[in-house]
Amino acid sequence: MDLSIAALLAQDGITNGAIYALLALAIVLVFTVTRVIWIPSGEFLSYGTLTLAGLQLGKAPGTVGLLVALAIVAGLVETASSWRQGALARLPRRLLFWVGVPLLIALVLARAAPLQWPFPVQVLLTLAAVTAMGPLQYRIVYQPLADASVLVLLIVSVAVHFVLTGLGLWFFGAEGSRTPAFSDASLQAGAVVFSAQSLFVVLASLLLIGVLYLLFGATLYGKALRATAINRIGARLVGISPSFAGTLTFALAALLCAFSGVLIGPITTVYYDSGFLISLKGFVGAIIGGLVSYPLAAAGAILVGLLESFSSFWASAFKEVIVFTLIIPVLLWRSLATRHHEEDE
Amino acid sequence: MRGAPAVPRIATAAFVALLVAVPLIAPPFWVTLGNYIGLYSIVALGLVLLTGVAGQTSFGQAAFVGLGAYTSAWVTTQAPVSPWLALPMALALTAVVALALGFITLRMKGHYLPLATIAWGIALYLTFGNLDWLGGHTGIGGIPPLSIGGFSLRNERHYYALIWVVALATLWASRNLLDSRPGRALRAMKGGLEMAEAFGVNGARLKIVAFVYAALLACLSGWLYAHLQRFVNPTPFGINQGIEYLFMAVIGGAASVWGAVVGAALITILKEVLQDVLPSLLGRSGNFEIVVFGVLMIVLLQFARDGVWPWLARLAPARRARAVPAAAPLPSRAADPSRDVAILTVHRARKTFGGLVAVDDLSFEIRTGEILGLIGPNGAGKSTTFGLISGALRLSGGDIAFRGQSLQSLTPYEIARLGIGRTFQHVRLLPHMSVLDNVALGAYLRGSAGVLRAALRLDRAEEARTRAVAARAIERAGLAAHTFDEARSLPLGTQRIVEVARALAADPVLLLLDEPAAGLRFLEKKALADLLRGLRSEGMTILLVEHDMEFVMGLTDRLVVMDFGEKLAEGRPDDVRQDPAVLEAYLGGV
Repeated sequence: MDLSIAALLAQDGITNGAIYALLALAIVLVFTVTRVIWIPSGEFLSYGTLTLAGLQLGKAPGTVGLLVALAIVAGLVETASSWRQGALARLPRRLLFWVGVPLLIALVLARAAPLQWPFPVQVLLTLAAVTAMGPLQYRIVYQPLADASVLVLLIVSVAVHFVLTGLGLWFFGAEGSRTPAFSDASLQAGAVVFSAQSLFVVLASLLLIGVLYLLFGATLYGKALRATAINRIGARLVGISPSFAGTLTFALAALLCAFSGVLIGPITTVYYDSGFLISLKGFVGAIIGGLVSYPLAAAGAILVGLLESFSSFWASAFKEVIVFTLIIPVLLWRSLATRHHEEDE
Repeated sequence: MRGAPAVPRIATAAFVALLVAVPLIAPPFWVTLGNYIGLYSIVALGLVLLTGVAGQTSFGQAAFVGLGAYTSAWVTTQAPVSPWLALPMALALTAVVALALGFITLRMKGHYLPLATIAWGIALYLTFGNLDWLGGHTGIGGIPPLSIGGFSLRNERHYYALIWVVALATLWASRNLLDSRPGRALRAMKGGLEMAEAFGVNGARLKIVAFVYAALLACLSGWLYAHLQRFVNPTPFGINQGIEYLFMAVIGGAASVWGAVVGAALITILKEVLQDVLPSLLGRSGNFEIVVFGVLMIVLLQFARDGVWPWLARLAPARRARAVPAAAPLPSRAADPSRDVAILTVHRARKTFGGLVAVDDLSFEIRTGEILGLIGPNGAGKSTTFGLISGALRLSGGDIAFRGQSLQSLTPYEIARLGIGRTFQHVRLLPHMSVLDNVALGAYLRGSAGVLRAALRLDRAEEARTRAVAARAIERAGLAAHTFDEARSLPLGTQRIVEVARALAADPVLLLLDEPAAGLRFLEKKALADLLRGLRSEGMTILLVEHDMEFVMGLTDRLVVMDFGEKLAEGRPDDVRQDPAVLEAYLGGV
């Protein structure tokens, strides 16, 4: 291996790592606020790529059907719970939010597809559509289980992963998709060539990480989310609604995943079920950060990307094996570093 | 098996009759299905113990099934080795892998284990598919069939018999295991770890045992599978299958061994039906049954977390034990004849939480044969001191020694081994287990039956003696009428007395009681005081942390009064009552 190959592998690794980092951040965000270990994050990534690819081809993406289906279920869940609480007066407003908004987005998406709007608008539409699915998922699946143990929430997450993979196959079909690169330009720096695409991915990830940092550090909503993460009951007592925090968190997390889907589209072919393995790499990064630290999670994800790209050079058949086996020394390290006091339930 | 009533014999008999009937009258399709249900039941059974009982979730069991299948497949196709010889090899290899994985991952908090199992589940699956000498993604064919004493198993019906004999044997062994000394400790792992460790259970070790047990069952199922199919490839050992195994256990009812069979049957049959119906319904083929499974799981966990089995179990009249068989109790510790000798010495103990000094240079000693009361206003550091002595908290400075041996570096279960028994301020009973089982857990260290002895039911003599010990402790505590009640059905005050009975079952030299009188009514308090006096007269030493002044004054030999982490006074109750510093602390000055 010479320097230029090493540089190429490093560039690849960092680019992929930046995408894993976005997923890792989404995973940490969801876990700290809601205690949900968000296995289905990867499906949101796949949906992001596949939605954009559909718009590119000028045909209504499967996201339209998914949104309609989720909105109907959310409407039923909301009606049932309003009925049980005897709060039917609030129902119209809730239905507007849980059914009206998703249906509107689905409608726009369906109408816009054949019009071939400019690329940035398509990206925005994609982000809006996939982001809307985050809160819907929270409302339907996780909100009724807000008091369940982490383990129950984890098993539910795996079940949601099953459901979303199956639905993904149904709505998007078995074919993989790729989206065009944002730019074909490249930068020459000595013997090393940087593609503009890679630079864009890394910069965009850095930007998002910065935005998240500001959001959590400086805004009231960010502080409310942090408060919920630290102490749910306490946050509730000072007037922060846990379900509001959950809704906001899932919207943010879905946005992060959708965005990484947009970023990964030009790099690799994405199938309806590609997200799972990608999100697990995000998980390895998130676990390096103990599922609570954003910077460590991002750094861990970059490490995963690098490890993956270098091992694909030396032992390409085993690159996934190597990445997933990495979790064992990581866990060993974490188990030695933390003296935990456990009472799991 | 959260105190689940035993299955009536007639139901078991009906089930076995159904099993026997299938190959005799049903078409071959059902025999094949029955084979798969049996194979899956064995794996799900491991998950019942690991997840349902011990509270450790694994999505990676399919990888252990693969390990069993591949080991036997490879060995028997490489050399003319009997599959029966390959079985111990497969089990040994699985045990080694499970031990290594368990040692690393089980030390982590609950949710890291399942994440790790997903990761190594995928890693092992990809390894099977990428190793050329294991046939890559095409797999290994030409695996020899099993034969028993010269009789070669040639068709599905033959395997059906073998698979179900093995499945029923593992069911029997697992049920035995749950109803035993290690089983009680295992059932405490979920939600009662700290309590179990206080009675001498090595929780970390026990979790690994459960993990290896589950892995070995999975391996056994894989071995059967390889010789049934006579062909293996990586597909059935992937992560999706691993997830489905867990779903089987949870949907069936992970708290009972029968839940494994019910779950395996439900998922297998449902999958068969869905794979028939869905493509024609949807007009497309694909892996759509996973949507149904996923939705089923979500709905189940939202509305009926215990799975299907409890609903089925309710249909049959429960068979419940109503008497403790007579047996000589387990041997007791030789009574300590010494009186008034320091047994526990607290020397300049110090505990800080960040900047807060909870216990500040506290020194006192407990002398044999006395009841020492530790009292003080709220926030005085009593509970922290209690935690330091019992090993639940670590000292920041100073030392605590029991019979001259420092407790500093000992874990709670090692401290229990020295003969220190305790109760908990917040009642720590296993709510779904009977009072008898809860108290029997206290006698954990007095027995020795291990997993193997328990699984093969060779532990019955010791088990009877353990029950006799528990029954006696319950009787002494005045709760004989509640022996077979579920612990959660008792009022809180009575549950506190069960805590005391459990500590008694451990036959301790030193008994640590954390606010045992809280929530008791007058007569109950009196009975408790009489019990403690009786224990003292038999030579037991007791440390009593208590709020209730009247209770303490009438009962204790000496008092240590704490305030703001320091010792305020020490002496006989009557003297302490007159101490101006104590009056100041309690009444704000006179």
